[in-house]
Amino acid sequence: MNIDEAGLFSLFGVGILLVLVAGFYCVLVSRNLIRTLIGVEILTKAVTLLLILAGYLTGRTALAQSLAITLIIIEVAVIAVGVSIVLGLYRHDDDVNREALKKLKG
Amino acid sequence: MGDVVLVAALVLASVLTVMTPRVLRSALALALTSAILAVIMFRLSSPMAGVFELSVCAGLIPAILISVIGLTRRLGPEGLAARRFERLKRYWYLPVIVIIAAVVLSQLDLRADYMVPPVPAGGDPRTVLWDLRRLDVLGQIVILLGAAFAVVVLIKELRNEH
Repeated sequence: MNIDEAGLFSLFGVGILLVLVAGFYCVLVSRNLIRTLIGVEILTKAVTLLLILAGYLTGRTALAQSLAITLIIIEVAVIAVGVSIVLGLYRHDDDVNREALKKLKG
Repeated sequence: MGDVVLVAALVLASVLTVMTPRVLRSALALALTSAILAVIMFRLSSPMAGVFELSVCAGLIPAILISVIGLTRRLGPEGLAARRFERLKRYWYLPVIVIIAAVVLSQLDLRADYMVPPVPAGGDPRTVLWDLRRLDVLGQIVILLGAAFAVVVLIKELRNEH
């Protein structure tokens, strides 16, 4: 690893960790389920950037891009399913609060 | 210099996404975060992934979230004012944590041996896991322990309710 690569890894590594902190904080603290989904999105942003950075530093950008695109597709599927669960819960309880999930049975 | 600005913008946009009181603005800030990430992808020689990030994550996903927000009941000004202080109590830690983490992490020498050694064809997966990918095993253990911790917390909460 030359100096430029080490510097780039440190810079983006710190950025990725800080975005992960923001995402985890959002998921843990939010009571609104839509905001929790947004927190999951932030977490996936950090992971996507980590994949792209690893691909750039190792010279395997094609592999990293294919993995990142797969991750983006999975991200859309997760958000679509999560959003439908939130909407179902809203129709059931008239609320999108995380506490409403405790009332579910069966 | 450009990379520093982009990384700082990405972190600020993600913190803004979490901190902003209205969910609608939060969805818009998420689109901004994705757009900045797309620019970083272009800089890191990954234009195809950047195009996907820009079109899907900065376009489609915020649109889905905004349509869902539109289908749910809007919090009135009184409700928003009542919740603002309560929200502030829960969220003010985030900028402090991010600033402390940024200072601590910038002091550390973040170097990782990220090049995976070549694995021989027909190699034993146990050898690969234990000798070459120890960090992955550590990650799996952390995830399993996290899941066990979550289950214990949930069961405890249910027991307290009964």
